[in-house]
Amino acid sequence: MYVYDDFDRTLVDERVREFRNQVGRRLSGELTEEEFKPLRLMNGVYLQLHAYMLRIAIPYGTLSAEQMRTLARVARRYDRNYGHFTTRQNIQFNWIKLEELPDALAELARSGLHAMQTSGNCVRNITTDQWAGVAPDEIEDPRLWAELLRQHLTLHPEFTFLPRKFKIALSAAAHDRAAVKVHDIGLRMHKNGAGETGFEVIVGGGLGRTPFIGKTIKPFLPKRDLLSYVEAILRTYNQWGRRDNIYKARIKILVHELGAEKFAREVEEEWQAIKDGALALDAAAVDDIASRFRHPDYEVLADNPPELAKIRNGAREEDKRFRRWLDNSVTNHKVAGYSIVTLSLKPVGEPPGDATAPQMDAIADLADRYSFGEIRVGHEQNLVLPHVAQRDLPVVWRALDAIGVATPNVSLISDIIACPGLDYCSLANARSIPVAEEITRRFKDLDLAHNLGRLHINISGCINACGHHHIGHIGILGVEKNGEEYYQVTIGGRADEAAELGTILGPAVPYGEIADVVEDIAAAYLELRERPDEIFLHTVQRVGVEPFKERVYAAR
Amino acid sequence: MTSPLQQKLKVTGPVVVTANRLGDGAVVYRTADGHWTNDLAAAAVVTTAPAATEILTAAVADRLKAVDAYVAPVRLTPEHGVLPGNLREQIRFNGPTVALPGASPA
Repeated sequence: MYVYDDFDRTLVDERVREFRNQVGRRLSGELTEEEFKPLRLMNGVYLQLHAYMLRIAIPYGTLSAEQMRTLARVARRYDRNYGHFTTRQNIQFNWIKLEELPDALAELARSGLHAMQTSGNCVRNITTDQWAGVAPDEIEDPRLWAELLRQHLTLHPEFTFLPRKFKIALSAAAHDRAAVKVHDIGLRMHKNGAGETGFEVIVGGGLGRTPFIGKTIKPFLPKRDLLSYVEAILRTYNQWGRRDNIYKARIKILVHELGAEKFAREVEEEWQAIKDGALALDAAAVDDIASRFRHPDYEVLADNPPELAKIRNGAREEDKRFRRWLDNSVTNHKVAGYSIVTLSLKPVGEPPGDATAPQMDAIADLADRYSFGEIRVGHEQNLVLPHVAQRDLPVVWRALDAIGVATPNVSLISDIIACPGLDYCSLANARSIPVAEEITRRFKDLDLAHNLGRLHINISGCINACGHHHIGHIGILGVEKNGEEYYQVTIGGRADEAAELGTILGPAVPYGEIADVVEDIAAAYLELRERPDEIFLHTVQRVGVEPFKERVYAAR
Repeated sequence: MTSPLQQKLKVTGPVVVTANRLGDGAVVYRTADGHWTNDLAAAAVVTTAPAATEILTAAVADRLKAVDAYVAPVRLTPEHGVLPGNLREQIRFNGPTVALPGASPA
């Protein structure tokens, strides 16, 4: 965990005071809505269909147990007893009252949480691998670099009014779990031929109305140059990005229209002028940030302790359930004797990514007792206990099972990523949550779900693509046709190191048929795959979309 | 953003003027006597563009009680009176179509 200092605390407290004043002036009529709207957006406050929504940043997806309890308290006192974890490692409360917002923000600030830069045309919450610092395939912990960027880009005066919002993600593992290729800037840490660690810099990725996979403009950027190079990209974008058309304002359009090579040359020219100035990172500055991260004091333990072996070999029904969860939701840790535990926020028939206040409190208690007080939020809308001793896995599983977050469906067909859709969002054209709920009910048989294997479904309720449908193995996009909800299906998308956009299967289908279509696609896959370990994505790559298209549309 | 008053208003059936209440964002409807209500049945229902524009103009001018006012379709039914005219308005009126997680008991 990163420990905030007085500077950070003062900054957040001052921001709360400032916003309290602004809210007061709006409620008294001193500010008009036109004047107030940009101010509330800068504090993460949207006006949705039924209420105000508050989006709170969870920098690089890391939460302390205390912060999770604060979120539970805010959910209980100021909202309707639950929160929604998003695809960008934020949490949203859907029923906040404007009158109570300053108090809610003050409560959050006491735990170092805030809503700054969770909206508006600025650099948004910087995201990374939810397994950062614990993944065995990681080069180093990327959160240090995410924190450096967060500090540099928080309230950065030059980048407060960019042409459009701006999203940065980092990954430091061989397998990209942070979807860096579909961000405005994606940073992939790797080693060069000389064994030095640096960043591959990818720009212009993004989804929404015009999706693009990002282009690499710097294959290897030394660590010392991270801030200056990111600054150069942002300056180039700020100068050349379009402000005349909101649909063409993201950096992806600029990179596409200029071409990646020309864009890279522009960035290079800007960078050469600043790279050896104040933004060049010296070791002392990096060490200072690093020293404020508190790392777990791990015990010396061995893998596969006797407590696990006993249950692994057990014949009781409970033992079988535990084994299924162990195989699905528990991952190897870089430290012997420890595991990474993913908590599924995707129970059958429930909204993806939602957690109730009692669940948040219980997870905080478990984190304190079994995970060094630390919790992570992943872009897949699940939570993670990142440091669980393997000997504690049985007791942790029982506790998670009791609060409904141990469904062994992580990365399976019912682990659906979905935006709030038309049930909440003022931009949406169609509902996402009931579609997700119905699909999870169709695949509640865990034997079937496990037989289908790794299969990611992403659902967006409109073209803005908050559910990242373009990069779902199966992507579902809600559209409106003559007042009715229809859903367009893509297959073959992926968000990892080999990121690709899915291919449209055919005409959109009505609301009542979309779950049937997913069943048809799943059935076709089971028939088409060559071996049980050929995952859905690989079958699509091998046979193309046509066999799936024939199956889906033959009966329609 | 374009003001709703600058947009050409097309009215092809019964409509009401709706907005979100400033203090809590709740869905409200404009009444014939120039107030706001959360009861759709009490909303002023009109069927022509000039009548809708007149109500919308007054609603937009009321900057303190409600925000983002616009004209929304409704259906008039013999059994249930005034009902929202499309899915979006149904959801605004009735709330999400899914059960809320951990909703506090009434």
